[in-house]
Amino acid sequence: MLSPFDFIEDLLNPDLRFLPKALLVSMMASLVAGVIGSYVVLRGMAFIGDAVAHAVFPGLAVAFVVQGNLVLGGAVAGVATAILVAVFSQHRRLKEDSIIGVFFVGAFALGIVIISRAPGYSGSLQQFLFGSITGIPDEDVIVVAVMGAILLLVAFLLHKEFVAVTLDREMARSTGLPVFALDLVLYIMVAIAIVISIQTIGNILVLALLITPAAAARLLTDRLGVMMLVAPVIGTGSALVGLYLSWSLDLPAGGTVVLVATAVFLLAWLLAPRHGWLARRARPALREEDPVAPSGGSAA
Amino acid sequence: MSVLDVKELSVRLGGRRVLHDVSLSVEAGDFLGLIGPNGAGKTTLMRAILGTVRVETGEIRIEGERLDRARARVGYVPQRTEFAWDFPISVEETVLTGLVRRIGWLRRPRHADYEAVAEALERVRMLDLAERPVGELSGGQRQRVLVARALALQPRLLMLDEPFTGLDMPSQEVLLELFSHLASEGRAVVMSTHDLLGAMHQCSRLCLVNRTVVADGRPAELKSPDIWMSAFHVPADNPLLRMLEVV
Repeated sequence: MLSPFDFIEDLLNPDLRFLPKALLVSMMASLVAGVIGSYVVLRGMAFIGDAVAHAVFPGLAVAFVVQGNLVLGGAVAGVATAILVAVFSQHRRLKEDSIIGVFFVGAFALGIVIISRAPGYSGSLQQFLFGSITGIPDEDVIVVAVMGAILLLVAFLLHKEFVAVTLDREMARSTGLPVFALDLVLYIMVAIAIVISIQTIGNILVLALLITPAAAARLLTDRLGVMMLVAPVIGTGSALVGLYLSWSLDLPAGGTVVLVATAVFLLAWLLAPRHGWLARRARPALREEDPVAPSGGSAA
Repeated sequence: MSVLDVKELSVRLGGRRVLHDVSLSVEAGDFLGLIGPNGAGKTTLMRAILGTVRVETGEIRIEGERLDRARARVGYVPQRTEFAWDFPISVEETVLTGLVRRIGWLRRPRHADYEAVAEALERVRMLDLAERPVGELSGGQRQRVLVARALALQPRLLMLDEPFTGLDMPSQEVLLELFSHLASEGRAVVMSTHDLLGAMHQCSRLCLVNRTVVADGRPAELKSPDIWMSAFHVPADNPLLRMLEVV
């Protein structure tokens, strides 16, 4: 196994230029995914994330077949699916999860059919599905950086509206917030966060980058602000450690990064100060309803 | 001028007429109990007033103006189950979300907004719990946080959708007192409830709804059993009527 020092040396080795690029892209993508993923986890829309992750596949496939930019191709397909899901789920007869189930498998199937038309597709199929640290074009580093920065900016600017809608849609609607438009913006942001993460992590595992760090962060804090700082830290940390392990032990990059994040989640689940398994074992559970005085100490 | 004026309102939901010919006006100082069986259209009536369901015919005015010009004067407390109580947010931040629209797009809350939040929390006697995560509150405290969120806008009309569901007696008492107090300060308070006894005792006015307004008046004026029988579709020997001392 390589020491961390050897890893740094390899990062600086001009013959291994793909390595720092992969690291940079993974860490930027995890940072953005940690922030956007916090909304996804709090809204309980992990399934939507999964759907969008699969739905970007036909976009990648088309971009691959016509030799276009993969990130842009995926973004177009992901955004289109996000809009379809948002529009169709306004219809009350079918629940959102059924709509999503229809669209994401359909989109994935379309992707497979499209990519099968390209010569020598099985190698690239594997690359799409499981990620790869080699072969990231220079321009993608820029595209990921710019898109990531835009996502973070939009999240910052619309944060209080997203919180209001997530907390209580009924109330948000009654105060005149455009709930549907805000949903749509959030879905699109999820789609883009997924697309920029897909190259190194792969299509199958990309959801973990969105959900796992944010879920771990949720266990560690009851403050939204803290959660949205901790999640990207866990994400970028997992990307760094995962890539190091993958490089030094010759393991697949996407899988290793996700396993590191999963390990962090399990640790948080066990050891979190208030909500962890150990903490809950150590003291009686918090009660939902406090049977003491109705004013609950507010008179003090 | 009435705070709330509803004229000949009818509402269709999914092709079915849920409300018809509803006329109702609520004055400043009124504490109006909206009463009726499940499915009678109480929540729909509130949503129509809030503009979140489409009105088929009729007219709704808040202090003489259309809702889109008067939104900030209407406070709404939805049923407690509508709220994501597992969200990592403090009491204070929750109340602040009531002001999101007033703060405006791309803006951050100002000093005056935090003052409005503190004032609203003071009104419901929750100021000392401002930093507490909402997930750790009791049912009664949760309800008071939602009331504070609506109060932060200093609304002229406060609407509460079944605020007592799932609360124990002492919590209900505290809230009932708070609501009558808010009304006595010159607000119009409209509350839907299944707690008929509490409403009979504390509300200054009761409005019995079942698809339309069946009866409307001070509790003392609603002693005829016929009214209750037709609003709730119950026979004359139903214990409900004895409980309300209308027979």
